[in-house]
Amino acid sequence: MRYSALQILKQGLTGNKGWKPVWREPEPKPAYDIIIIGGGGHGLATAYYLAREFGMTNIAVLEKGWIGSGNVGRNTTIIRSNYMLPGNQPFYEQSLKLWEGLEQDFNYNAMISQRSILNLFHSDPQRDAFVRRANAMILSGADAELATADDLRRELPFLDFDNARFPIKGGLFQRRGGTVRHDAVAWGFARGADMRGVDIIQNCEVTGFEINNGVCSGVKTTRGPIRASKIAVCVAGSSGRVMAQAGMRLPIETHVLQAFVTEGLKPVLPGVITFGAGHFYVSQSDKGGLVFGGDIDGYNSYAQRGNLPVVEDVAEGGMAIMPMIGRARLLRSWGGVMDMSMDGSPFIDKTDIDGLYFNGGWCYGGFKATPASGFCYAHLLAHDRPHPNATEFRLDRFKRGHIIDEKGVGAQPNLH
Amino acid sequence: MIINHPLLGPRDASEFVYLGDASLINRPDPDAQNAAELFHTYSYERANPAGEHRELWYHEQGDRSWLVVTRNTLTHAITEVEMARDVALKQGRDR
Ligand SMILES: Cc1cc2nc3c(=O)[nH]c(=O)nc-3n(C[C@H](O)[C@H](O)[C@H](O)COP(=O)(O)OP(=O)(O)OC[C@H]3O[C@@H](n4cnc5c(N)ncnc54)[C@H](O)[C@@H]3O)c2cc1C
Repeated sequence: MRYSALQILKQGLTGNKGWKPVWREPEPKPAYDIIIIGGGGHGLATAYYLAREFGMTNIAVLEKGWIGSGNVGRNTTIIRSNYMLPGNQPFYEQSLKLWEGLEQDFNYNAMISQRSILNLFHSDPQRDAFVRRANAMILSGADAELATADDLRRELPFLDFDNARFPIKGGLFQRRGGTVRHDAVAWGFARGADMRGVDIIQNCEVTGFEINNGVCSGVKTTRGPIRASKIAVCVAGSSGRVMAQAGMRLPIETHVLQAFVTEGLKPVLPGVITFGAGHFYVSQSDKGGLVFGGDIDGYNSYAQRGNLPVVEDVAEGGMAIMPMIGRARLLRSWGGVMDMSMDGSPFIDKTDIDGLYFNGGWCYGGFKATPASGFCYAHLLAHDRPHPNATEFRLDRFKRGHIIDEKGVGAQPNLH
Repeated sequence: MIINHPLLGPRDASEFVYLGDASLINRPDPDAQNAAELFHTYSYERANPAGEHRELWYHEQGDRSWLVVTRNTLTHAITEVEMARDVALKQGRDR
């Protein structure tokens, strides 16, 4: 069923009896052309683009829980393409362009809102670094705009410009950045893939791989074995656990990241704002809650919950740039586990095992990458060569010395 | 999380800096034939287990000692804390 204003009117007048489930709940078949492990944003987007762009539909997405139960439903929904390094920036700009057309493309309301993202800077050297970043962004076809403190005083008068320790000297805007309704992204991609014949199989955990003589030909699951000539792993924070079943060690550590939301408030924040002297970022959801977060907790964790020192640190970051946040009451906090890679950048690659593909290492920034990650992974699966925008995301890049370290902190995942 | 420091008793984890897998103690032999390969594995690849994990914590805001903490990454429960020095000596290192 195509969703449209006319459809709403029609259903409204006929007692809303015609709405159908958004996707089917099929039983797993014994074999597919491609199995995608993980029904998060990236796995579902991969299935969607395989069907939509590359005409492949004999595909199953296997999800151990329900789709959207992982990070795609836990993140703080920020999208942007303000990267600097050549291996990254074209990819994230491709993603932002895909976001811009996504709702029309998959005919689903994902509440994509290009309400802007602003990165504050607090010193002259930081301004220089941001000017350089802005130029790199513009060179890749993205938008970037430098704002002085005076510009910001007009637009965001509530910021603590004269903070004694971290005065606000200006900021870097990406006006095309913003937020998206994260659950709707999972549902929209799932619906689009399902409509084209992809089987989305929930409550189906992959527990092992069928690997003989270096060739992967299927998976073992809690709902029985399933065969396929191509197996595409896409499990985000569970990458370490799942790839261990194939005997692989990865350049990844799994860490927990927390997020927070306050009670609903009247509109106070026009867009996304980030602190430049610590780790804090905030936006306001359409329901009115201030949604914010900061650093990862910093130690290996698969627990999906964090500890109090980071809560305090995040709150301090918030108070440092917008003291008014201290009046808001916190409603909820939660955590998600993330695959932090050794250089802070992701992987979309074939493994050394024939038929086994890997997508992961998205750290705390993989939500914005969802459409391009799906598109590029689908390209790799369909053609067996990387998409031009994802040629750098290789598993062997550390061996070759071609790391993509945006932050320049080295092989220390908890610092990225 | 509270880390039970062998010398100082229970200390809040926020006093520490985290480095990662305790196998980082075992720096490979730089003169080995395949040293590049060994250092690649040592620097970049991790076991990253879901469950018991032996890991290095540095008591930066305390006595600046390195500890090997055995902690469950699924529950955050800490079961053993040793001085990294003792661990290294036990493994046959001279310091
Ligand atoms: C608190 C928080 C805030 C964040 N904020 C942002 C942000 O503002 N902007 C941004 O760009 N990114 C953000 N991120 C990062 C982003 O959410 C992730 O990088 C991204 O969602 C990961 O891709 P995914 O959607 O495919 O992951 P997931 O949704 O986690 O999908 C992986 C799926 O694999 C399934 N799975 C695991 N093991 C198995 C198995 N053995 N068998 C079958 N299925 C399995 C899981 O159940 C899960 O559903 C944030 C993350 C967190 C936790």
